[in-house]
Amino acid sequence: MTKSTKKITGADVKGFILDNAVIIMMVAVAVVVGILHPNFISAYNFKNLISNTAVRFIIALGVSGCLITKGTDLSAGRQVGFAACIAATLLQRSDYAQKVFTKLPELPIAAVVVGLIIVFSLIGLINGLIIALLNVPPFIATLGMQTVIYGFCLVFTGAQPIGGLRTDYTNICSGSLFGITWIPYLGVIALFVGILMWVMYNKTPHGKSIYAIGGNENSAEVSGINVRKVKIMVYMTASALYALAGFLLGGKAGGTSASLGQGYELIAIAGCTIGGVSSNGGIGKVGGILVGVLVFELLKIAMQFMGVTTAYTYVVQGLVIVIAVAFDIRKYVAKK
Amino acid sequence: MSEYLLEMTDISKSFPGVKALDNACLRLRPGTVHALMGENGAGKSTLMKCLFGVYTRDSGTILYEGEPLNVHNTHDALVRGIAMVQQELQPIPDRSIAENIYCGKYPVKKYLGMKFVDHKKMNEDTQALLDRLNMPFDAKQKLGTLSASQMQLVEIAKAVSNNAKVVIMDEPTSSLSLKEVDTLFDIIRTLRDQGCGIIYISHKMQEILEISDEVTIMRDGQYIGTWPASELSTDDIITKMVGRELTDLYPPKISSPGEVAFEVTDYTSIDPKSFKDVSFSVREGEILGVGGLVGAQRTELMEAIFGLRSHTTGEIKLHGKTIKIASPTDAISNGIALLTEDRRGSGIFGVLSVEDNISVASLRDYLKFRAFLDEKALAELTEENIGKLSIKTPSTKTQIQNLSGGNQQKVIVSRWLAKDPDILIMDEPTRGIDVGAKYEIYCIIRDLAREGKSIIMVSSEMGELIGVADRIMVMCDGRVSGFVSGDDMNQEKIMELAVSFM
Ligand SMILES: Nc1ncnc2c1ncn2[C@@H]1O[C@H](COP(=O)(O)OP(=O)(O)OP(=O)(O)O)[C@@H](O)[C@H]1O
Ligand SMILES: [Mg+2]
Repeated sequence: MTKSTKKITGADVKGFILDNAVIIMMVAVAVVVGILHPNFISAYNFKNLISNTAVRFIIALGVSGCLITKGTDLSAGRQVGFAACIAATLLQRSDYAQKVFTKLPELPIAAVVVGLIIVFSLIGLINGLIIALLNVPPFIATLGMQTVIYGFCLVFTGAQPIGGLRTDYTNICSGSLFGITWIPYLGVIALFVGILMWVMYNKTPHGKSIYAIGGNENSAEVSGINVRKVKIMVYMTASALYALAGFLLGGKAGGTSASLGQGYELIAIAGCTIGGVSSNGGIGKVGGILVGVLVFELLKIAMQFMGVTTAYTYVVQGLVIVIAVAFDIRKYVAKK
Repeated sequence: MSEYLLEMTDISKSFPGVKALDNACLRLRPGTVHALMGENGAGKSTLMKCLFGVYTRDSGTILYEGEPLNVHNTHDALVRGIAMVQQELQPIPDRSIAENIYCGKYPVKKYLGMKFVDHKKMNEDTQALLDRLNMPFDAKQKLGTLSASQMQLVEIAKAVSNNAKVVIMDEPTSSLSLKEVDTLFDIIRTLRDQGCGIIYISHKMQEILEISDEVTIMRDGQYIGTWPASELSTDDIITKMVGRELTDLYPPKISSPGEVAFEVTDYTSIDPKSFKDVSFSVREGEILGVGGLVGAQRTELMEAIFGLRSHTTGEIKLHGKTIKIASPTDAISNGIALLTEDRRGSGIFGVLSVEDNISVASLRDYLKFRAFLDEKALAELTEENIGKLSIKTPSTKTQIQNLSGGNQQKVIVSRWLAKDPDILIMDEPTRGIDVGAKYEIYCIIRDLAREGKSIIMVSSEMGELIGVADRIMVMCDGRVSGFVSGDDMNQEKIMELAVSFM
């Protein structure tokens, strides 16, 4: 066995670049756009970036458990949208003309959040039961759920947009801590959720079991892990996080409609994968997921600043997904 | 032309944190069987993978038929006439045997200028090959319908089908029955007589002395030497491999079994072709060996006891109390553990670290504040086990898939030692493990027994059963054909019972 020496070699530098390709790319983008458009680096823009990232990050954290256990959750986006619609209808101003539930009293916000989380955990429970007990492949099970949720959401909203949200609700989602613009509440909440999930993944038997199931489900079972239970919990946790994200998103946008959240599962999956979550299961870190999501949002905002049209933004985002993952995979293949 | 078919000189290869090969050499004469030996992690598989184009060597030269050989992938190697049966099989279970054998080199026929797979030719050629090699399979059968040992045979047929001049076999017999080993040896002798060179890797001494003409020994990635097999004894090989003398192969049996700890009565499988009416018991502090031929349904029985398979009738008693085991979780919460036979299928977590692989079954025994993992204690547990079984790994965070086969096995053995169950069932615990490490494992098993634990050890290696077990249950065709203990524990008696219902 050879001891690693302290001297930095060319191979080390190359290794460092490979290992941190995504972060390096991110910094490069920020610097270049910052030079070309100095107001890119402003408190307001920062807030914008952080708020956008925050919500996406929470959704991605939800999906991450599914991905690490070799599953997926295609119903994420629709669940987020549905949660946003429910939150919005429950938190409309009493003087708003088109209030959905006219007789509804002013509900405490905390109660709405907790209620949403509980109800959506049940949706997650159904996903989990279908996957873990009926052995329906996650791709199919959650594809079905996606459609079902969308249907319910259309019924619930009557396909009408929902506006007139209470200011105490919208303040949470667009205000900032101590009034400092670049520390939006959303960022603080996402950070808190991120820490919770990090602790769950790294410090608890449940977290280790998630990695183990993704690593080898048979081995996990033989090692005494209750595979079904863990999987069900993963999908429940995911839905609970979607509920929170939906709540935040509704207030941030100031109004919702049934179309909100469409395609968010793909952004979340992309964020996770860019951040190093393996689609073969067993691998994924919270920090990586944050970087993955951040890169995606940064790129989007940077391109808006550069005046790139939405159409091209899509093209670039698509390329970034593939290139980032190709880089990431090289890390594992490089040692041949 | 030189007298050698293949000359590998000063081959070096490093992986992050390990120098797997350090100027390794191998010279293979045509028409000979060349054994490659060394401890777990000595670099045998790596050297062969460098030859077969799976890895690219860092330095060194390979001369093949007198010319420099530089293959960049396995396809190149096959084209040049080098084939390999890998230590870890890569079967495609849902495809037919023929498709598995012809994977990547499908025979084609042309229609309208387009190429199509010629299924008829593929199936016929495969059938002819299987018949020629005395393998009783149908070419169109799905590979997944075969047992592990049969798949191993197919893998061997696949290597032979290439008409290669050099055939590498990396632990080909690890899951073969005695009869299948004979089939394999016939194949090897035929290849040898046709002028092929065969490189044969195994940890089983008898096999090496029986089949090989020359033996090359490696240690820590380095070349130790090459000798004619006829000049070597088992002891010589061990000494050269380990670098010191190994006096005993088995620890002394000093046991005084206590009360009956574990009792299985009338266990019968749901599958009528599997085990029937199996009853046995194990005492505290006893090592019960389970012998029989491959196919005697020993694995199936153990997996059923552990809750991995279903049974129709039968009862399990733990310390006199009837318990119900419907799943592995039930078994483990009752203090019963199973080391499974299939390392890749239900043993390792390939992408997880050595530490996670060792601690996975014991996580809930190492909690702080009843919810969080005690990482310090887990790290200590890992270090302790790595030391105890001398597991060769660059660090505790290394992914287990980067360890050598034998070292992976040691990690899984550690997993269950760490769990410290009352009843430990081990199915082929020393598969692919070198002699030195085997002794360590036997000692640990014996220590567990001395602490009053009960051990059930399934093994196809007669020597191991006789050397380690206090009592041996022999199975044949899904039924218990007898128990032997004391002076009856000898090869003849066990063999007689192992075939008694045939
Ligand atoms: N892909 C890999 N990445 C990193 N290290 C590796 C890799 N493959 C092998 N090694 C290391 O190289 C060394 C030699 O491994 P190798 O598999 O060649 O051993 P071996 O002699 O075949 O042992 P065994 O008898 O256990 O099969 C080991 O220390 C192993 O950890
Ligand atoms: Mg090997």
